[in-house]
Amino acid sequence: MLTKVHTGLEPVPGIWWRPAHKAERVWVAIAFAWCMVLFAMMPLWHWKGGQNPSGTRRRVDPKAYYARTIAFATQYKVGEDRGLPIAAPPAGADVYLVGLTFQWYPILKLERGREYTLHLSSLDVNHGFSLFPLSVNFQVVPGYDYALRVTPTAAGDLRIICNEFCGIGHHTMVGRVIVVDAADKPVADNRRPSLLGGGAE
Amino acid sequence: MTAPALHPFRTCPATGHRIDRQAERLVRVNAVAAVVALLVGAIAALLLVLTRWQAVHLLPAVWYYRILGVHGMNMLIFFIIFFEMAVLWFAGTVLLDSRPAAPRYGWFNFALMVSGALLVESMQWSGRADVLFTSYPPLKAHPLFYLGVILFAVGALGVVGQFFATLVIAKREKTYAGSMPLVVYGAMTAAIIAVITLVHGAAVYIPTFLWSLGLIPAVDPEVYRLLWWALGHSSQQINVAAMVAIWYMLGALTVGAVVLNEKVSRSAFVLYILFISMASAHHLLVDPGFGPAWKIVNTSYFMYMAVLASMVHGFTVPAGMELGMRLRGYTDGLFGWLRRAPWGDPGFSALVLSVVVFGFFGGITGVTIGTEQINITVHNTLRVPGHFHATVVSGTAMSFMGATYYLLPLVFQRKVAFWKLAKVQPYLFSLGMLMVEMGMTFAGSFGVPRRHWDISFSQAPFDVAFSPAVDLFLAVMGIGGILAVTGALSFIAIAVKSVFFGETVTEFTRGVAMEGVPQGLTHPPVHPKNADELNEAMHAPARGIAGATPGTLVLVAVFLVAFMLYYFTNWKLLTFLWKIG
Repeated sequence: MLTKVHTGLEPVPGIWWRPAHKAERVWVAIAFAWCMVLFAMMPLWHWKGGQNPSGTRRRVDPKAYYARTIAFATQYKVGEDRGLPIAAPPAGADVYLVGLTFQWYPILKLERGREYTLHLSSLDVNHGFSLFPLSVNFQVVPGYDYALRVTPTAAGDLRIICNEFCGIGHHTMVGRVIVVDAADKPVADNRRPSLLGGGAE
Repeated sequence: MTAPALHPFRTCPATGHRIDRQAERLVRVNAVAAVVALLVGAIAALLLVLTRWQAVHLLPAVWYYRILGVHGMNMLIFFIIFFEMAVLWFAGTVLLDSRPAAPRYGWFNFALMVSGALLVESMQWSGRADVLFTSYPPLKAHPLFYLGVILFAVGALGVVGQFFATLVIAKREKTYAGSMPLVVYGAMTAAIIAVITLVHGAAVYIPTFLWSLGLIPAVDPEVYRLLWWALGHSSQQINVAAMVAIWYMLGALTVGAVVLNEKVSRSAFVLYILFISMASAHHLLVDPGFGPAWKIVNTSYFMYMAVLASMVHGFTVPAGMELGMRLRGYTDGLFGWLRRAPWGDPGFSALVLSVVVFGFFGGITGVTIGTEQINITVHNTLRVPGHFHATVVSGTAMSFMGATYYLLPLVFQRKVAFWKLAKVQPYLFSLGMLMVEMGMTFAGSFGVPRRHWDISFSQAPFDVAFSPAVDLFLAVMGIGGILAVTGALSFIAIAVKSVFFGETVTEFTRGVAMEGVPQGLTHPPVHPKNADELNEAMHAPARGIAGATPGTLVLVAVFLVAFMLYYFTNWKLLTFLWKIG
């Protein structure tokens, strides 16, 4: 029994709680099934997939975190670029990176295929960790330590772009991550002239 | 309260509705305020695309960020919410033949909203609120910025309350028989979501206001992000509900779209109310404040029930149009109803473009990038604005523009000015926006950040060299932006000329086309007398699943396949990253 033909602008007389036609019922069932697939994918990826934003998360005092990062950078310092220390921690280490207007501190040197625990936090305002050119993105929030277990999969000279607005100098905030292979390539201290020149190529 | 008899009504010559003159004036002022905000936002948009288009790079850094804040506030808050206030006044009174509840209080709320908006504008333009739209603490703006937002929200909440009161009045005074029309039901959904949204707004802006005054020491940045997105994203769900209501309305006005089944459509609206505010959690998928269980429960269990609702409307809206057309005799083939539809009626073209771009582009990208793990590749890149321009602009704003082409003759009693321009405006605007969205999405998939003044990084300590393809995508975005802004300014010119200098129109003669009056008013889509019999016959079990709406079944099948391809492609791309856990 169908409702009287009417548009969405007309009041509906009588009882409109009527069974839907088969076409609608089938579509609702398909859409629901698809939503269940969408739902299943997230837990499934936690179980089987390699990229999850879980990590461990805890509150931290921004100044204490900053001090911890400086201690980390001093402990593992192997060189310097543009006045920033290059820190090369051993595999499995806790790696600290801090965002502050408008800088990522320190420069990290990691080895391909090794796992590290990468801590992200901020000294001042929100920042956005965006690893270029891979497009790995995390929100960096002051007062929160986001510790992610990461394993770099390819060697290369990477950048960290800040992709959360953090003030008028936001677009100058770029950091550096060097991933080396077992033969220590690419070299950790930066000899590329374009980089020493400090600008675009 | 004044007795209803003292309220002067006029009768609409096209639809026969009783229109309360006070309510009508409230619809008008809110719509005009919306268009003013749209103008400011559109000019800002032009300056922004011409800056992000790296080859042009128009604005200096300070003004880029400042104008970005102005653009966000004017478009996402002032334009959209003023227009929604107009929709609420319209749906509550005109569509129900009712008088408005406490119209004078409506003027008070309007004044509150305008003063709030002006405060925000003055703070932003004078550089005392360079905190962008989201104003994440510890970035701090002038206290009057937060106060302006609060005043605006209080006014809007007042109007929502008046809308509910109007529904009660209409019911008590029996201005309509039976259940309220589906379009009003959709507007009511929007109003309920607005309450949820605005309460979150109070919860986040009042403490932030006190903090900016120095009365409380700090606002936790992560708690702020949680509450702010319960405002920031939920407010866009007001849009979705209002937009879907307008889809049903424009379908009815332009092609006589019928409601296939009230139970299905109304249940889908209820799903929005129940689940959509939790969808805000997908802004926090790569945040340090929340664990995976929280993220998954909120974005999948809950958000996907809202996605289900949109997929239901995505079927019932075109299917209603198809059935309406078929009942009126356009029965040839699978798509005869679509081919012979009134494509020159800007109300109709705006409706179709809104449904298609919202669904195929905005919906599919939104669900995909709102997936916990896929979000790692997307968060804060240009893919995010690429997505939400497809929903809020190509979807909501386009449908609001389409509705305006009918509101001008019906409520403002004016012919649509620059009629030839009006006929092409939806196509121009939608094409331009589609280019913007494509350009942003593809550039974003190379990691180009959103809200960023200079991706050549000329002042940065380390070089960042994007693929040359990025330049191409940003050029597509730039050219699309110019087209879209031209489309938006055309709409504003049409609206302003019609409202303030337009030719008055008080009568429509059926069957006589009139320059400046959409076809749905001069040639109203009437169903034949035996529509019920035809409907029964089309739904006969012998006709199988395809039944009454075979064309729509094909369209939604295409949609589902596109959805699946895009979704699983993104999972595949995710596997190329580092291992992260």
